[in-house]
Amino acid sequence: MVTLQINGQSHTIDAPDDMPLLWALRDIVGLTGTKFGCGIAQCGACTVHLDGKAVRSCLLPVGSIGNRAITTIEAVGDTPNGAKIQKAWLDIEVVQCGYCQSGQIMSATALLNRTPNPDDSDIDAAMAGNICRCGTYVRIRQAIKNAAKSV
Amino acid sequence: MSSTANSATRADLSRRNFLKVGSAAGGGLMLGFHVGGATAQEKKAAEAAAPAPIKYVLNPNAFIAIAKDGKVTFQIPQEEMGQGVYTSLSQLLADELDVDFAQVTPLPAAANDMIYGSPRSHRQSTGGSTSIRGFYMALRQVGASGRAMLVQAAAHQWNVDPASLRTESGFVIDDAHGGRKLAYGALAPAAAKLTAPQDVKLKDDKDLKLIGKSVKRLDTPDKVNGKAQYGIDVRMDGLKIATLAASPIVGGKVAYVDDSKLKAIPNVQLVVLDDIVAVVGPHFWAAKKGLDSLTITWDGGENAKTDSAKMWAELRDTSTKTGVVAKEDGDAPKTLSADKDGRLDINYELPFLSHSPMEPQNFTVHVKDGGCEMWGGSQVQTAAVAAAAKTLNTTPDKINFHNFMLGGGFGRRLDTDMVVKSVRIAEKIDGPVKVIWTREEDMQQDMYRPAYRNVMSASLDKNGKIAAWTHRIAGGAVSVRMSGKPLKGGLDRGSLEGAIENNYGVPNFKVEYIEAPPKAVNIGYWRGVAPNNNVFATESLMDELALKAGKDPIAFRLAHLDATPRLKAIVQTVAQRSNWGSKLPNRVGRGICAQFAFGTYIATVCEAEVDETGHVHIRQVHSVIDAGRVVNPDTLMAQVQGGLMFGFTAALYGDITVKGGRVQQKNFNDYRIMRINEAPPIDVHIAQSHEMPGGIGEPGCTAGPPSLVNAVAAATGIRLRKLPIDRDLLAGRKVA
Repeated sequence: MVTLQINGQSHTIDAPDDMPLLWALRDIVGLTGTKFGCGIAQCGACTVHLDGKAVRSCLLPVGSIGNRAITTIEAVGDTPNGAKIQKAWLDIEVVQCGYCQSGQIMSATALLNRTPNPDDSDIDAAMAGNICRCGTYVRIRQAIKNAAKSV
Repeated sequence: MSSTANSATRADLSRRNFLKVGSAAGGGLMLGFHVGGATAQEKKAAEAAAPAPIKYVLNPNAFIAIAKDGKVTFQIPQEEMGQGVYTSLSQLLADELDVDFAQVTPLPAAANDMIYGSPRSHRQSTGGSTSIRGFYMALRQVGASGRAMLVQAAAHQWNVDPASLRTESGFVIDDAHGGRKLAYGALAPAAAKLTAPQDVKLKDDKDLKLIGKSVKRLDTPDKVNGKAQYGIDVRMDGLKIATLAASPIVGGKVAYVDDSKLKAIPNVQLVVLDDIVAVVGPHFWAAKKGLDSLTITWDGGENAKTDSAKMWAELRDTSTKTGVVAKEDGDAPKTLSADKDGRLDINYELPFLSHSPMEPQNFTVHVKDGGCEMWGGSQVQTAAVAAAAKTLNTTPDKINFHNFMLGGGFGRRLDTDMVVKSVRIAEKIDGPVKVIWTREEDMQQDMYRPAYRNVMSASLDKNGKIAAWTHRIAGGAVSVRMSGKPLKGGLDRGSLEGAIENNYGVPNFKVEYIEAPPKAVNIGYWRGVAPNNNVFATESLMDELALKAGKDPIAFRLAHLDATPRLKAIVQTVAQRSNWGSKLPNRVGRGICAQFAFGTYIATVCEAEVDETGHVHIRQVHSVIDAGRVVNPDTLMAQVQGGLMFGFTAALYGDITVKGGRVQQKNFNDYRIMRINEAPPIDVHIAQSHEMPGGIGEPGCTAGPPSLVNAVAAATGIRLRKLPIDRDLLAGRKVA
């Protein structure tokens, strides 16, 4: 049994220590907003926050997390930066198929958490781990800038 | 803004529940009913409601439901895979029905060709950039029919002439009697009893409120908060999760499975089929660990001897043979043979490509009651049902399919192999099982974009205009792989678009096709289909001819475009917007692509820099697009932006190779996708047009590679005739 702090709630789950957080979230806790894309931390679809920082949940064993606060796409809108990013995404219609966007939004929110006014190179560094096959990058960049400027 | 159906309750929207939802919403009745195709009885009713394929679209009952509270649901016959059809097709319906967009909820229509098949093909298939082209008039007519029925119902109630009434935002209004109003929700029960009119007048352009406007997408709010449900997100009581390894060699079989280490993993079940090994468990991690614990020996068969070098040798050999004539004007071979000195003889080669949508293949299946219930995303709803039925040796009415939005399609989900594999595994399992492919499985078991070889020749006349042009397309025919039937007369019509239109008005013009079915890989439709190959070949050769003629590439094209004025106009516009001809730094060049495909004209200028190491950096892109009437301009721009990125990714990195019969690429580390740090600013300008709509999902994709390669040639003087772009060639580390 492993106990995880997910979106402000404590969950004790029947999972082996080596199970990646991604599958604990999706298959046990039932939070399916966090997506499976590659399984080797190459695409970023599985990005969640650990204490506000972006991590790839597909390679993160649940046994290594301890009491650190896990935030997923389902709850990131409850944080000020998460809400700003989500609004900015919708304002300029970033999303196409949407499958990667949970991860994109988690990475972008983590960027604003540590860099409130990111420049292009900050955006490149923070977002280059997130693949979008629909090619929404132009709008992602713009939306992050818009979110940073918004109050 | 209403939420979409793809929330947590999405899987429950079976026909029965959908009716319940409708009546639960304030006790209102539907305008009509949802004619599903689940049982033979229902199918009969559906056929009665839609006696002829051409008339079904005039039956609003199948598409529109209005609840008593005024909320409107639309059955969307095309699949939402990011291209925005939930929104754009809703715009067509809502504008003519005359309801506020905020009241609209799009739902995925049931699998039923008779009711929801495209007017173009009479099939439910979302591909080839055909959603708007197929449904533009049809869904407007459906919306207008619904509006006419509501007006008729109000006229009955008030005992007035329906012609004296008007509608606005979900109300019928009687101006002659003080502007009294009846809400659509209140009129729906009576309207539902009327016969749908077969001949309705559509709105004049000036009265359109939604069509042509960048209204907000209906599917995106749930896509930014984790609520949107894709096939892979399905959950239900008793659900087991499986992952699989199919034979890594096409046609191979399982020879032996050593499962001695599987016992250490609790609660897993091994499934061994002829050509598939799967492990089923309580969650994906158990299934994955279980599969990884196995040592599987495969009998690869004949294809195990195949590798890329051999496949290319075969394709090149086939491409030298005479093909079947697809298009011929004048006498190109004769003109060419008279020009022994000046003619160009050039070959262009394109590799196999993977679709790699971000959502790996998956399908959830519960085999029961002589058929199955299944959940997943498909670009071909009825074909998915048929494939499941065939696998279970039953009839389609025994298959209850819940279709989901796609985490990317790009043509991959036009195939149904993922359905069949899931059904075969589910046959061995008690209860529902979700079969999820790993990324490696998704990449190595794809239906790849065929490799092509283009054998081309062209010559110029004394005025520097093209005198003759021949183009032989050699490649696999996806239609043959899908249908299992040979080509009629040797010609694959699906391989010709983008090659045969003769946009440049060449007087002696000949296009041939020769089928070159590849060994060892399955081929499929890939975003951009035939124009991927043909526009690349055509626009590359145009640049080579311009160079030979000593002309600027855009001036050269314009001199040949009098017969294609819509293309000529946008080439001129993109030249202006891209500042074509202005000075650029060393090692930076601009490339043009002028394209007509999918019913849409698009002119693209790519500006790229090539550094000393051969690295290609795309600095800026301008596209001007004439797609006729545009339903949602912002969606169009998004599709062009994204399509260009899809095409650039292919040009820079896409290359599926085979060794020992096995695809070598496994994941995004060795099959690269462009990332945000590589993404250029993309300016998309829409040329105003009142022509009928063209497609927009694919034009950007096919315009990307030729514009980029032409830019690289302008930057370096090096002409790349094979994709993907070879950095060693650009850096001078090797020669072509």
